[in-house]
Amino acid sequence: MSTNVQKFPNQFPLPLDPRFPAHSGSPRGKVGPVSVRRPVRGVSPEIAKVGLSEICLSYRTQSGERLLALDHINLQVHAGEFVCIVGPSGCGKSTLLHLVAGLHQQTSGQILVDGTPVQGPGTDRILIFQEHGLFPWLTVGQNVEFGMKMKGVPKAEREEKTRYYLRLVHLAKFEKSYIHQLSGGMRQRVAIARALATEPDVLLMDEPFAALDAQTRDLLHDELERIWSETGRTIIFVTHNVREAIRLGDRVILMTFRPGRVKSEFPVDLPRPRHLEDPTVARAAREILDELRDEINRSLEAEYNEGVKPHVKTGVEA
Amino acid sequence: MKRAARYIIFYSALLGLWTLLAELKIWPPYLFPTPWGVGESLYAGFQDHSYWIAIRVSMQRVLIGYGISVILGMILGLGVASNKFLEETMGGLLVSLQSLPSICWWPLALLWFGLNQNAILFVVIMGSLLSVTLAMEDGRKQMPKIFGQAGRNLGAKGFNLFWYVLLPASLPFIVSGLKQGWAFAWRSLITAEMLYLSLGLGQVLMMGRDLNDMSAVIAVMVLIIAIGYIVDGIVFKGMERHLQNKWGLTPAT
Repeated sequence: MSTNVQKFPNQFPLPLDPRFPAHSGSPRGKVGPVSVRRPVRGVSPEIAKVGLSEICLSYRTQSGERLLALDHINLQVHAGEFVCIVGPSGCGKSTLLHLVAGLHQQTSGQILVDGTPVQGPGTDRILIFQEHGLFPWLTVGQNVEFGMKMKGVPKAEREEKTRYYLRLVHLAKFEKSYIHQLSGGMRQRVAIARALATEPDVLLMDEPFAALDAQTRDLLHDELERIWSETGRTIIFVTHNVREAIRLGDRVILMTFRPGRVKSEFPVDLPRPRHLEDPTVARAAREILDELRDEINRSLEAEYNEGVKPHVKTGVEA
Repeated sequence: MKRAARYIIFYSALLGLWTLLAELKIWPPYLFPTPWGVGESLYAGFQDHSYWIAIRVSMQRVLIGYGISVILGMILGLGVASNKFLEETMGGLLVSLQSLPSICWWPLALLWFGLNQNAILFVVIMGSLLSVTLAMEDGRKQMPKIFGQAGRNLGAKGFNLFWYVLLPASLPFIVSGLKQGWAFAWRSLITAEMLYLSLGLGQVLMMGRDLNDMSAVIAVMVLIIAIGYIVDGIVFKGMERHLQNKWGLTPAT
């Protein structure tokens, strides 16, 4: 397990974290200004928000052989941190999120949230799916309300919060609409509102913007960053798009192709707000891409599996 | 409007043919009644309230029987769909049992429950339960997994998960099964009623036979068809339309 740590040169040092003021107003008060740019993998004086230690996951394939999907994953995510996980398809990055969400059980290892082991799903960790997973039989408002209803929040409070979170994602006017009446970008915003409405500490996002067009994705990046800074949530964001990871994350975790391991970690010291087109973002992306390319080649080799070894120069969109 | 015109033309032609055949007097009237003879029977039956009573009794029975089938069938279907052992053992049994006409249960039902309403209900339930069960099992399997995951993720579990997530999520996939279950329930009921004197539409029909009054027999047949059609058109079509409005145009894909 080799985990090397690299640092990007901070091109424009910022005197102040732009999210600082918002954090102090966090409703739970758990997020402090020190939450960003902490020494990577260092011993933290406090308990990490989400701590993965020695996570392994293996399963039996149809043909009966045992496949190791995740191999001793160690990851500490701090309160208020925005961590992005990138890797080739099939590296188990989505599975990792499902484990944290409690929807699946790891074979060995431990997942701690606030120092408590994860046992099944909990509304302190909400997963946002790539295919949004909204309920088509409910209106937008009822979707946002759903988690609170399950929690037993009184109706008046539910309605008030539903309106609040719909305003936060700029969809207040669509409270009474059904999901199929919305565009792809609007659906993901509803999914974000629905996740936030249960007031989770941790948002787990599984390639939420992968199926969207570039313009919509840009807008949602801005919105997600704004919501993150306004609410101070901890976010673990899985993507195959390196630029997206750098655009959003405080830290980028690169995973290897099967079995999934943490290959390297890249703290992103670029000032916010960032843009996908920033040359600094591109430069940082290139460095990660160089490492990612090896993994993509391995995954392609595994896919072709016939001795043909295609070599990809620039594998993913950078 | 064109559609209505087509309907009118088709049904007047059908009635015309019937009248013509009856007027030609190829068969004696007690074997081949005229349309107005059937109309008179219908009128008389509603006039002396005997049809109203029969309809009420039959509807009551089918609603109870079908209702029980739906509840039991959903639980069974969900169980079979989510438990591998049940699926392997009971799955095949359910499919093979479906080829059995429910009236075959009649002799056993009579012994078990006696000559009363419960025997009829049993036959109705046996007629529709399997359709609902198989539909629910299928619906649960076809339903995208993401709904269950999202529901659990948002804190739904146990009964809440079933009632607020799994059931509504599988509805578009089980509507046709529910409809089929209804049709089986209705047929089983009429058959059972014909075998046992106990009010109800089936019995009124058999009374027509006993009196050699074929107009009355056809009148009751018309009623049975009409009720089946109305329930299908109002309840199930309404449900389908409602689902389509919510889910978008093609709910089953």
